[in-house]
Amino acid sequence: MANGPGYWLRRMGARWVDSTWRLGLATRFLVLILLYSGISIRRFQLVIKEIFNAGVLSLIIILVSGLFVGMVLGLQGYETLQTYGAEESLGILVALSLVRELGPVVAGLLFASRAGSAMTAEIGLMKTTEQLTALEMMALDPIARVIAPRFWAGVISMPLLAALFSAMGIFGGYLVGVVLLGVDEGSFWSQMQAAVDFREDILNGVIKSAVFGVAVTTIALYEGYDAPPTAEGVSRATTRTVVTSSLTILALDFVLTSFMFRGVS
Amino acid sequence: MSDNLVEVRDLSFSYGGRLVLRDIDLSARRGQVVAIMGLSGCGKTTLLKLIGGQLKPTQGKVLVDGESVGDLDLGALYRLRRRMGMLFQFGALFTDMSVYDNVAFPLREHTDLPEAMINDLVLMKLNAVGLRGAMDMMPAELSGGMARRAALARAIALEPKLIMYDEPFAGLDPVSLGVIGNLIRRLTDTLGITSLVVTHDIQESLKMVDYVYFISDGVIEAQGTPAEIRASHLPFVHQFVHGEADGPVPFHYPAEDYALDLGVAHG
Repeated sequence: MANGPGYWLRRMGARWVDSTWRLGLATRFLVLILLYSGISIRRFQLVIKEIFNAGVLSLIIILVSGLFVGMVLGLQGYETLQTYGAEESLGILVALSLVRELGPVVAGLLFASRAGSAMTAEIGLMKTTEQLTALEMMALDPIARVIAPRFWAGVISMPLLAALFSAMGIFGGYLVGVVLLGVDEGSFWSQMQAAVDFREDILNGVIKSAVFGVAVTTIALYEGYDAPPTAEGVSRATTRTVVTSSLTILALDFVLTSFMFRGVS
Repeated sequence: MSDNLVEVRDLSFSYGGRLVLRDIDLSARRGQVVAIMGLSGCGKTTLLKLIGGQLKPTQGKVLVDGESVGDLDLGALYRLRRRMGMLFQFGALFTDMSVYDNVAFPLREHTDLPEAMINDLVLMKLNAVGLRGAMDMMPAELSGGMARRAALARAIALEPKLIMYDEPFAGLDPVSLGVIGNLIRRLTDTLGITSLVVTHDIQESLKMVDYVYFISDGVIEAQGTPAEIRASHLPFVHQFVHGEADGPVPFHYPAEDYALDLGVAHG
């Protein structure tokens, strides 16, 4: 076969063109979701049902991961800070790492693999079993009736999950730092309270997680909606959702962080 | 009001440069069951999609209840679709809802009826297909025939004028097959609707339809009442009706010379 440089160049070019197309189509898909969000607002119980599926069912993994991440932060932070006799600042370290970075990012990654993959598989299978076509034939737009409620559920759930992740992580840090290793409880909490700024830290963390929510849910729903209606197509789409949204979260995190925390010392 | 609920005139459709349907003329009278038959992949499901407005014709017109489906904007198409029901090959029931909620779905979405009245309507529709006792079951618990009956109850929920059936007999046991065939006939007669049945099950169809169109390679090869079809001497129809393995439709997919492929040809 013709496997010369021309062949590989063509293949790379084709992949590039294909990726650009997909990015464009996914953006168009997001615009359509926003345009067809009327039903989700009028019948908010549709969104609430999906918040249960995407948010409530992700709680266990988010809470348990948050606890352990916080405990590890407490342990590692204590080791390092102790060298400088600054173990009282453990509260600041744990809280800032979680609220600014780990909360939104790790919760986002977990959300992508738990809820994002489930959304892709569900929409993909609905397409495979002609449920989406059935909706169209019943004079109902699938984007308005099925996709948009899931989108808003993801966007609402994500910041809440990130906040719970951070809260649980801080509790984990407290357990290890204060209860286990004997850091002074008063300094742990008061230093944290003094150093964490609502606007700079907490609000920016919430904005990050909301952006991740939009990205993950759009990718998950688009991949499901676009999946070829076969078993292989749905399984590939599910994998792509997890890979693409994880990479998107990490890339977006860098961009957002560089905008948000430039002036913060 | 025209006698025909569905009229297809001079319809052609091509997809990806390939002509799938060519010069199709077809009509379905109100209150009739019309079958569209042909081998798998002959374009009959495409024809159903064109009638339902999922695809737009490349040339020609599809008229449903006097409206040209291909020329409607999305709002008008959705209004027309409220007068259409469709039964998908495997039912396409919503898997996260019970049978009851599936049948209630179009009523809840498109009407403001009180829940008590929806309850009565759903029970009536389920009773008509014999599944009142299965209303609390989930789609995954139903057999193939039951799923199709439940989907049929959902398709008639809004009392449409036209119901389209995409391969309603595929993969059913002989008893379920008879049940579905009977239901199509009975619902068409009692509700005064028009039914378009896309199928390749000739024996079951000839028992209950009023008119048959045969499609082969994207054109209408033959048409007539079941009696005319049975008596037909057209080779294609004869092969189809009697299920012969070879005839105008060859057993072999077009291929290179067998001996050449095996590498035993001389010269």
